Amino acid sequence: MSQHILFDDIDEPGLATLQVYERRGGYSSLRRALQMSREEVLQNLLDSGLRGRGGAGFAMGRKASFLPKGTMDKYLVCNADESEPGTFKDRELMQKSPHMLIEGMVIAAYAADANRSFIYIRGEYELQADILEAAIAQAREAGYLGERILGSELSLSLVLHRGAGAYICGEETGLLDSLEGKRGNPRLKPPFPANQGLYQGPTLINNVETLATVPHIIRMGGENYAKIGTESSTGTKLVSVSGNVQSPGNFEITLGTPAREIIYDLAGGPFPGREIRFWFPGGSSSPVLLPEDLDLAYDFNTLAQAGSMLGSGAIIVVDDSVPVIDVALKLAKFYKHESCGKCTPCREGTNWTVKMLERLETGEATPMDLDIIASVQQQIMGNCLCVLGDAMAMPLGSMVARFRGEFEQHIEEARFRAGLGAPPEPSEVEIAGVGN
Amino acid sequence: MSDVARFGHGSRIPGWDDAVDLTKAPAGVPDPATTPVPPELRSEIEAAMAKYPDFRSAAIPALHAAQKLHGWCSPEALEQVACVMRLTPGYLTAVATFYDMFYMEPVGRHRIFVCTNISCSLRGADAVHDAIVDAAAGDPDFNIRSFECLGACDIAPMASIDGEYVGPLELADAERIVEDLRAGRPVLEEKNIRRRRSVDPGARRSATRDEDARA
Repeated sequence: MSQHILFDDIDEPGLATLQVYERRGGYSSLRRALQMSREEVLQNLLDSGLRGRGGAGFAMGRKASFLPKGTMDKYLVCNADESEPGTFKDRELMQKSPHMLIEGMVIAAYAADANRSFIYIRGEYELQADILEAAIAQAREAGYLGERILGSELSLSLVLHRGAGAYICGEETGLLDSLEGKRGNPRLKPPFPANQGLYQGPTLINNVETLATVPHIIRMGGENYAKIGTESSTGTKLVSVSGNVQSPGNFEITLGTPAREIIYDLAGGPFPGREIRFWFPGGSSSPVLLPEDLDLAYDFNTLAQAGSMLGSGAIIVVDDSVPVIDVALKLAKFYKHESCGKCTPCREGTNWTVKMLERLETGEATPMDLDIIASVQQQIMGNCLCVLGDAMAMPLGSMVARFRGEFEQHIEEARFRAGLGAPPEPSEVEIAGVGN
Repeated sequence: MSDVARFGHGSRIPGWDDAVDLTKAPAGVPDPATTPVPPELRSEIEAAMAKYPDFRSAAIPALHAAQKLHGWCSPEALEQVACVMRLTPGYLTAVATFYDMFYMEPVGRHRIFVCTNISCSLRGADAVHDAIVDAAAGDPDFNIRSFECLGACDIAPMASIDGEYVGPLELADAERIVEDLRAGRPVLEEKNIRRRRSVDPGARRSATRDEDARA
């Protein structure tokens, strides 16, 4: 059984209250961190090798060390705008153990020398926002937030900011614009938020899970934390498994666990009589992998080498009852809806990809359309301010490349239905007795 | 396919200027003397503005508050927010139209957001959405939408009903949802996410302890 750090006894009744959290040793890491110097705390974060859990996987300690020194307003922002399809780990963490996040934020603010902090939570998480709001009030009352925390030189304010439903606000610069009260359009980078972020001040932005891990790193010591997991992907990770599996949910795994173990042993595998067709290893934005990739170790580097990514740690399993084109269209429609419209390749690329995929259904398409779809994906990638366009282009490009036969079959069938072509050979899906 | 003549109307997006008289100068910051603002809304917005180093950050919380009071981001609601925040209604309209949770037209009181993103649709969310639409039978009291991923794929297919997450939903639940809402009861209480425990076997220390204690 893998080690449980974040999810250890997560269902303990009352864990969301300060009393139970303190009884379990909560906020002792904060006391310990405040006795260390800022540099020591930062060194622990660097030693831990903790990589960002939100999607990009950038080393958290290094990001914190990028903030300039000096006396000025510095900001710490917690990205709780968890809207990557398939991801729901932060929801459970915030709902069940809000103080873990708050403690992590205070320690991270100490390491980065920040004096103002914000939690940007997505507007749909009303229950979680209420729980956090109550927890923040308790923490402030107990002196864990505010002026001169626990008698130290650290002062920190914490504001919970509710978003209003926009996927793009999970992108760090889009989030900052939204937090400043504007439309959530991403900004050009550089300057990176570490130099010019919120209100043009130095800003450290981290995901909920990353910040919630910080107290545990201080408790265990950075070097001891780094012993968990693999050399380049240290620690444990919350993995959200969803889709066509028997027991979907959040699981805490040690990084480097084989994906098969996560999907079959923890999430119960596909339903009886069904086979896994393909799976997204890191949210809907990651290129899809096939059943033969199930034995890959689930960590940042292995998945990157396999041409995909760990992303937010959301595994979406798709079984053989679902036509690939349905998933592709669903995905493309989502990104079309959520594209903020600032950069042309993303705004037009997502829009036309949806239109081309719909042509596949109406029988107007020919296999040449697949080449055009693939080339549009190529032209979106790397050409926008943020990676929303890439987030559609990567999985869609991989689906068209890996299931081209099925797409072509679908085109033939649709053409036949529209009275435009000869009857096609039966498809694999029909042979399996499913059809759509 | 082409029921809209693409260039015949002079614009690719018909109706983008419907509500606007383009010959008029844009509205400025509303005059407090002629814009009555309900006191509770004013104090809520002012409290939000005080929380941030830059008062503009309160735009989204202020719009949430106004929408809660008015039911939607009506011109009147935007005017009131603009008056308290000393911004133009145009700025707030630009912000409000960006976000999915702000309504630029009147909607039903009960929000039923059915997640129809990938994980939920793999488990039949589209059928659940249609069933709820059928069960509500066009009642204007219900604001039924298919929503992008709500972040609860573990209870797929799910819906956020007046802010409460419930799932996994079955087709038969559609009637219950509508009945519960009409009767003012908590909706599908046994399927509320508050009740869901972690499925991770390693995370269940206290659960096994409880069972041990009982045994």
